[in-house]
Amino acid sequence: MLSGVTFGQFIPGDSLLHRLDPRTKVAGVLFAAVSVLAASEWRGFILAAGLTVAAVALSGLSVRIFLGGLRALWFLLALSFLIQLLLTPGEILLSLGPLKVTREGLEAGGLIFLRLALLILVASLLTLTTSPVNLTAGLEKILSPLGRLGLPAHELAMMMTIALRFIPILLEEAEILVKAQRSRGAGSGRAPARWIKFLLALFVPLFAGALRRAEDLAVAMEARCYRGGAGRTRMMVLKLGASDYAVLGVTMAVLAGILALRRCCG
Amino acid sequence: MFIIKIENLSRIYSPGTPFEVVSLDNLSLEIEEGEFFAVIGASGSGKTTLIQHFNGTLLPTCGKVQVCGIDLADKKRRRNLWRKVGLVFQQPGHQLFEETVFDDVAFGPRNLGLDRAAVGERVRESLRLVGLDPGAVGGLSPLTLSEGMRRRAAIAGVLAMRPEVLVLDEPAAGLDPRGREQLMECFERLRAGRKMTVVLVSHSMEDVARLAGRVAVLHRGRLLMEGSPREVFSRAGELRAAGLDVPAPAALMHMLRSAGRKVRTDVLTNAEAEEEIARLLSR
Repeated sequence: MLSGVTFGQFIPGDSLLHRLDPRTKVAGVLFAAVSVLAASEWRGFILAAGLTVAAVALSGLSVRIFLGGLRALWFLLALSFLIQLLLTPGEILLSLGPLKVTREGLEAGGLIFLRLALLILVASLLTLTTSPVNLTAGLEKILSPLGRLGLPAHELAMMMTIALRFIPILLEEAEILVKAQRSRGAGSGRAPARWIKFLLALFVPLFAGALRRAEDLAVAMEARCYRGGAGRTRMMVLKLGASDYAVLGVTMAVLAGILALRRCCG
Repeated sequence: MFIIKIENLSRIYSPGTPFEVVSLDNLSLEIEEGEFFAVIGASGSGKTTLIQHFNGTLLPTCGKVQVCGIDLADKKRRRNLWRKVGLVFQQPGHQLFEETVFDDVAFGPRNLGLDRAAVGERVRESLRLVGLDPGAVGGLSPLTLSEGMRRRAAIAGVLAMRPEVLVLDEPAAGLDPRGREQLMECFERLRAGRKMTVVLVSHSMEDVARLAGRVAVLHRGRLLMEGSPREVFSRAGELRAAGLDVPAPAALMHMLRSAGRKVRTDVLTNAEAEEEIARLLSR
């Protein structure tokens, strides 16, 4: 919320990653994500992690922002680690009553933790360094060949952008609602009924607000004669440059390397 | 007796990120029990951040805040501050959630643990205070009310807790002149009749001039000045430099003064301005 940077937020900058074509970044993130998922042993992981760390460094953003993103999802990370750690059968290292920590569990837990953390980092790189306008332009261009099959590429891209755009706004609104309802004593006391009431007091106005905003946005778009993608041109025409080809080349090479390692050693 | 005491309060949002904002910078302030205290300042000067410390919604990054004898550093006791300090947030009409206006206003009193009869009495009383008819409005859904009525219903929801301190963040923004007048009179009545301490954040210099006993002026998170409306509004130059202005009657007097007329400039209300102009004409 206000105390940190939210997932999905764009942070303006002038790094190599900020200047890349959005299509390159979407493709690069896909390649990197597949690499992280496909890496099956330590050499593959080093490659995938190296790629992610290099990208984080190239983004020119403070490491704390990325750590903040991980912290927001710590519960998911911790839960996945614990489940793998405790539920994998194998050579027992430590046992606490019914809970058994196995060597295989430790390995599997570590793997899944690393994998999820890398995925979160890779995904946040895209939204942190790409403005919503650029992201839509890129997605629309990527999806446009499917337009011939009847897929409304422009509309889909616009919906995605609007959804991303509203995340920080809704979070902020939720924060104000928490404060306002707390100030009337919501959530005080331990009775579960009180907490259910608190949730109602949050979600009813939050949804009402989201609908109100959606309506305002629709009216504002119509007032400016927005009528979908047909015949619309862009102020900034997307163009792939040398750095785009370089980034695509590197990410594809990493992915190929990992797949090859998986083939011969996995 | 001070009911709110703030010493060297600083508040920083998102420290260590590119979004770091110093919202309050080493601010000290004391608000006396039973007074009508106003906070003015341009947008982004830290008014909202400041008043959210008054019931522990925000905690100081550094400095000390004491409200109703409770130090905000005291984790256990600050949890109960909502019982003593009623905070009306901006756009409170958007925070209604119950099926009926009655239930929404009753939310606070019920959380206080009051019995049915007491809750009903408080709801009816506070709806009347803000100028709504409990019989006519109480059973309606908040969604069917106009924006102005929703606002009043939300304010009634805070009044119904009978707080010792009432804190209002631009309660009248966007209301019509009559509704604004009614609300302001209601706050003044509560202060005078119930000895409630009222803290008002406002962009209306006229309201502040008319009602406040003391005014604090914030500028970029710092306390620019503090004093009676008469003292504060006589410093028109500094106020304008901070993105504010003086009330219309005072502005007129400043214009007359700069046109070479010998008039007082520490004028706050229309009546005082009239008197001053009559004096000028009779000479």
